[in-house]
Amino acid sequence: MTAAPPLVAGTAAITAEAAPAPRRLGQWRRLPAKAKAGVILLGIFVLAAIIGPFLAPYDPSFSSPNPALALNAPSAAHLLGTTQSGQDVLSQLLEGIRLTLVLALLVGVVATALSVIVGVTAAFLGGLWDDFLSLVSNVFLVIPSLPLLILLLGYLPQKGQIATILVLSVLGWPWGARVIRAQTMAIRGRDFVAAARETGESTLRIIAVEIVPNEISLIAASFVNTVLYAIGASVALAFIGLADVNSWSLGTMLYWAQSQQALQLGAWWWFAPPGLAVALMGTGLVLLNTGIDELGNPRLRDAGRASTIAGHHMRPADPTPVLQQEPRRRGRDGDRP
Amino acid sequence: MSYILRRLAFYFVAAWVALTLNFFLPRAMPGNAVQSIMSKFPNLQPSAYRALEAMLGVGHPGSLWHQYVDYLRDVSTLNFGTDLSQYPAKVSTLLGQTIPWTLALVGSATVIAFLVGTGLGIVAGWRHGGWFDRALPGLMFFQAIPYFFLALILIELLAARANIFPIGQGYDGGLIPGWNSAFIGSAIYHSILPAFTIVITSLAGWMLQMRNVMITTIGEDYVVAAQAKGLSSRRVVFTYAARNAILPQLQGFGLALGFVVSGAIVMEIVFSYPGIGLLLLTAVTSNDYPLMQAIFLVITFAVLLANLILDFIIVVVDPRARTREAAR
Repeated sequence: MTAAPPLVAGTAAITAEAAPAPRRLGQWRRLPAKAKAGVILLGIFVLAAIIGPFLAPYDPSFSSPNPALALNAPSAAHLLGTTQSGQDVLSQLLEGIRLTLVLALLVGVVATALSVIVGVTAAFLGGLWDDFLSLVSNVFLVIPSLPLLILLLGYLPQKGQIATILVLSVLGWPWGARVIRAQTMAIRGRDFVAAARETGESTLRIIAVEIVPNEISLIAASFVNTVLYAIGASVALAFIGLADVNSWSLGTMLYWAQSQQALQLGAWWWFAPPGLAVALMGTGLVLLNTGIDELGNPRLRDAGRASTIAGHHMRPADPTPVLQQEPRRRGRDGDRP
Repeated sequence: MSYILRRLAFYFVAAWVALTLNFFLPRAMPGNAVQSIMSKFPNLQPSAYRALEAMLGVGHPGSLWHQYVDYLRDVSTLNFGTDLSQYPAKVSTLLGQTIPWTLALVGSATVIAFLVGTGLGIVAGWRHGGWFDRALPGLMFFQAIPYFFLALILIELLAARANIFPIGQGYDGGLIPGWNSAFIGSAIYHSILPAFTIVITSLAGWMLQMRNVMITTIGEDYVVAAQAKGLSSRRVVFTYAARNAILPQLQGFGLALGFVVSGAIVMEIVFSYPGIGLLLLTAVTSNDYPLMQAIFLVITFAVLLANLILDFIIVVVDPRARTREAAR
């Protein structure tokens, strides 16, 4: 983010604001197409989560006693129809997007923070500490998480949002920690870190100023991955009933739709929206992650840029063409004319 | 050899962590677990009550350490105790009935998804920028769809409406399980749709990873050199590029197994497939703690074992795995 221009009255403010715009636009253009698509897709959902509940036409939990309002197909009054007990699906969806997104983002923040702390600590302390922390993260990587999540939530007396967030965060950090540890090991040996150490910088300052900023794309990718994991896991857990089923998240919507036989009753408008919302959110996150990957790895980025050289369709990985006087079709192994 | 020993030690530690978690979690939970279970099972036999107390460590003679040793001994002899909701069935009997179903279905579906996904990834990586590669974002959408959501839609369309496949269950209700052609045919017929769901949702992940590694590998000098020698494309792709690109893929396979198992649990619930996932759900909804614990252990150990086998394969196909570890 560039610094906000000072808000002086009149034209001065306008010109100051206009100046950075083309540059920002240029940066946006240079982003890989996949990242752009991901940002736009996610933006829609974040917007829906922020302003959705204010736009929601009804109270999502309000069930109408009027049987004529039950299981209505989409109409002008109920844009996405109603459930079996006459609740408005659109209102539930907007509320559900907010709840699911907030949960996933919180898990993402907590788990990514944990993985940065563990990963950097392991790489910096080295020796036994490194062995121990790496062992712990590898063990938790190899233990399948959903059964453990189910076990944990099964023991908990009340299965609210906080419990889900805590349990998902506790199990969500090892992958990021592993990747960040490896990267920190690589950066730690670079010259600029050695220079910082020679000038007498404290270890904490080196970590905060030299190491972590250099890993920002990796941390971002690990954050996106964790959010993706949190959405998937929380929706699956809610779907099998291991959540507070009286709050509206995308998972609980699917839980109620399934337990009240929405599909068998032909109520696709009740069942499809939450599932599609999860799928689109996930697609946005995967696209964003692929985009981040391509930013950091030029080989992946240039993969799509095949070009035509002297009539030959060349791909970036093909060897430099040796052009012949009269192009002939070569034999299979290239040794016969 | 030292590599294999290291890995064995690692899996031993992982198994021990899982066992210990399993032991301490119910004891660390707030409230009196036995009382809350007792209120849910009013007609529980006194012997079951005692077994429960022993398992949860309430009013049990002996120190925590004593209980822990007892617990480890029980597990090592596959004695998971008595089931609560289907009293007096043994937990190990219930497990024995369900494990083969899950193993057959999830195992074969995962292997198919891995092979097909890797193959497609090779093509997409080699012909990167081609039309196939550009279709990847569409596949990402499939990857992002929750397993169970796709499964439910497929059931509705292909089973309930079109009647091509059965709606759920592992086999035809009228048949008696046994090694006869009618039963096996029915079991295979019932497994097609669940397997298809697993394959289609996990395919994209394998494909994407393989494609990315392929693209990076293709840029390596030895691949360029192979092309410059004039070797056939097929040879360059498979013996030079894919042969090396598949190694990270194999390592990813082990780590992804946990996710596959997780997805399969939910899938079984949707299809009412008589496997271990469905059993886990019934255990959780009826607060059947001994069964819950045993299933968690079985799933974890299965994943650990699969990882161990995979490590053996990696040692065979990748000489670097041996030397790298030896150098550490």
